[in-house]
Amino acid sequence: MPKMNLSHFEAAILFALFASVVLGVITKRTDAERLRYGVRCFAYFLAALLGLGWLMKLGHG
Amino acid sequence: MATNAKAQPVAPPAGGWYGTIFLAWLVPGAGHFLLKRPWRGALLMASVLLMFLLGLMMRGTMFQPQTGDVLTTIIYCGGFLGDLASGLLYLLTVWLGYAQPDMAGHVHDYGTKFLVAAGLLNVLAMVDAYEIATKKKD
Repeated sequence: MPKMNLSHFEAAILFALFASVVLGVITKRTDAERLRYGVRCFAYFLAALLGLGWLMKLGHG
Repeated sequence: MATNAKAQPVAPPAGGWYGTIFLAWLVPGAGHFLLKRPWRGALLMASVLLMFLLGLMMRGTMFQPQTGDVLTTIIYCGGFLGDLASGLLYLLTVWLGYAQPDMAGHVHDYGTKFLVAAGLLNVLAMVDAYEIATKKKD
């Protein structure tokens, strides 16, 4: 099995992508709602990722 | 005397969902395939499988159940259950001898979290399969 080296950002993006797909698929009742919810979850993950990243950078000085 | 023949909603039969849930645990997404939701099953299968494989490629650690103080018990037993929830992926990995020691480094750490999260996403898929099997949702 090949070894993979990812940065924090890449790993978190992949995590967000897969989690959003599953949350979108299982949560809503129509395909359009599922797609919208999945995209919204991914956007929230991204916003939290970037926001917390900047917060930590600014906190460290 | 007229009888009130209004149709009452009938509770859907719940029998038969055990097999579906077992299959959904064993092979992520397979419960949805069995319930004739192939696209949703394929997306769930791909997500759980890719997350698990990425966790292995990042050399994540598989949790072994340990007891001690409360935090140790929660982390190690909970992590073990999360790993186990991936079903056949976990069983095959252990049977094939994957035994990555816990190492320092963010890639290994992400790998460990990916392995557990794959199992937790499969739990969500199992709950969805249960709700479809018992006709609580479409």
